[in-house]
Amino acid sequence: MSNGSPIIRIENVHKRFGKLHALRGVSLNVERGQVLVIIGPSGSGKSTLLRCINGLEIPEEGRVTVDDIPVTHSAANINAVRAEVGIVFQQFNLFPHLTVLQNVTLSQQVVRKRTPVESQRIARELLSKVGIPEKAGAYPAQLSGGQQQRVAIARALAMNPKIMLFDEPTSALDPEMIKEVLDAMLVLAQEGMTMVVVSHEMGFARAAANRVIFMDEGTVVEDGAPEQMFTHARGERMKQFMSKILY
Amino acid sequence: MIGMRGKFFHMPDIELLPPDNRPSRDIAGKALALSGVSNLPAWAVIILIAGLIAAAVIVTNAEYTSILLILSSGIALTLYVTFFAYTLALIFGLVAGLMRVSRNPILYTIATLYVEVIRGIPLLVLILYFFFVIAPFLANSVPDQFAFVFRDEALEGIIALSVGYGAYLAEVYRAGIESIPRGQMEAARSLGMSYPSAMRYVILPQAIRTVLPPLGNDFISLLKDSALVSAISVKELTLWTRQRSANTFKPLEHWTIAAILYLVMTLGLSVVVRYLERRYAIPK
Repeated sequence: MSNGSPIIRIENVHKRFGKLHALRGVSLNVERGQVLVIIGPSGSGKSTLLRCINGLEIPEEGRVTVDDIPVTHSAANINAVRAEVGIVFQQFNLFPHLTVLQNVTLSQQVVRKRTPVESQRIARELLSKVGIPEKAGAYPAQLSGGQQQRVAIARALAMNPKIMLFDEPTSALDPEMIKEVLDAMLVLAQEGMTMVVVSHEMGFARAAANRVIFMDEGTVVEDGAPEQMFTHARGERMKQFMSKILY
Repeated sequence: MIGMRGKFFHMPDIELLPPDNRPSRDIAGKALALSGVSNLPAWAVIILIAGLIAAAVIVTNAEYTSILLILSSGIALTLYVTFFAYTLALIFGLVAGLMRVSRNPILYTIATLYVEVIRGIPLLVLILYFFFVIAPFLANSVPDQFAFVFRDEALEGIIALSVGYGAYLAEVYRAGIESIPRGQMEAARSLGMSYPSAMRYVILPQAIRTVLPPLGNDFISLLKDSALVSAISVKELTLWTRQRSANTFKPLEHWTIAAILYLVMTLGLSVVVRYLERRYAIPK
């Protein structure tokens, strides 16, 4: 548990889906408190890499270690890792049959065995933190996309994760709702949360990230600080990619 | 089909017509007018009116009244068989449905065999097979204190019906579970929930809401199929009606009353199912 060692260690990871070779030997260390943004064209393996960190995908080759726990098919290991890693999805994936408050309390009660009173207190604190305390009694379908995504962030935080993963958290949102979600993420980053974010929000990367990696065809192509990456992309592929996404 | 509907079933919007122009000459028209003011669908109004007429005939005719009272005693057994068979079928179906979506090949294979074999045998044959072949064997092989289960026709009927309906319900549950987006299971597992917890708290509550209409449908079907246990001499409504009608030489009166009694029960269930659907609807 020494503070010096990387909290996420990814060593030579390969992942295949049938014929598709999604990850081709990715190695990556993430330090505690680091905010890492992963960019790259669609199909480059960004989401797959992210999903390998909390065991939603298990690589065929290579090793993933989170806080010294190897992420393998072992159920005990996966549950231990998931208890430390929160994830926010592009499609929010809130539980539609539960209220906002119940969405945030459910796993606290089922997994952490907290009492209803305690879990509700924590849930209300977190809903205030993401700026929607008044929506506790609403159902997900009654919220805007931005509000749903902020509930999803609160739901993940309720498990007290050491690491937060974000899989294109703003890609399914209307433009005017992107900022409220990024603001909530920025607060987390400033509090020192270790974060791995798959996103093309350059503004967020500039404001919050201390490291950006560019992935293409299942490998990490470039790796550096945000300013340096965006202004002085070295490789041809990254230059091409940047010229396509920057208008 | 759309043309057909338009031609034969298009009804003017009652609310928009002045009262004088509302169709009121025939029963359908009256029903429609009533449905316009009472918020009930037209078919419900027709059934309601027909029911009231039938009730009036039965109450004012001494013979029908006495037949109704006599046949009513068969209802208790019909409901007893239906409710217990359905409860058991819900349990069998849930277990088999969960096994059908399991990644464990052994569980999947067992459940699939159960569904495919049972679903392919007529319910009546299933009931007779259980009654004549399996139950006598079990009655002799289980400990004596449990043997009564396999010597009581009603319990045998309940078991056979529930095994048969369990196979149908397994497919209903499976369809419901598979209709829930993958992201729900991923989100639940990512929050640290085990597979059983995720099923229990996240997937099944949504899946069961989705399949409430087919579950209700099968409940109503089962109530009607409970008539099949008359074949193994369970004196429920159908067998009782048959005996009374044979003894009195009055098939028209007896079978009419029996049909009405079944209809009252199934319509009642239909109302309950609709209520449950509304009660547990996810707020939008």
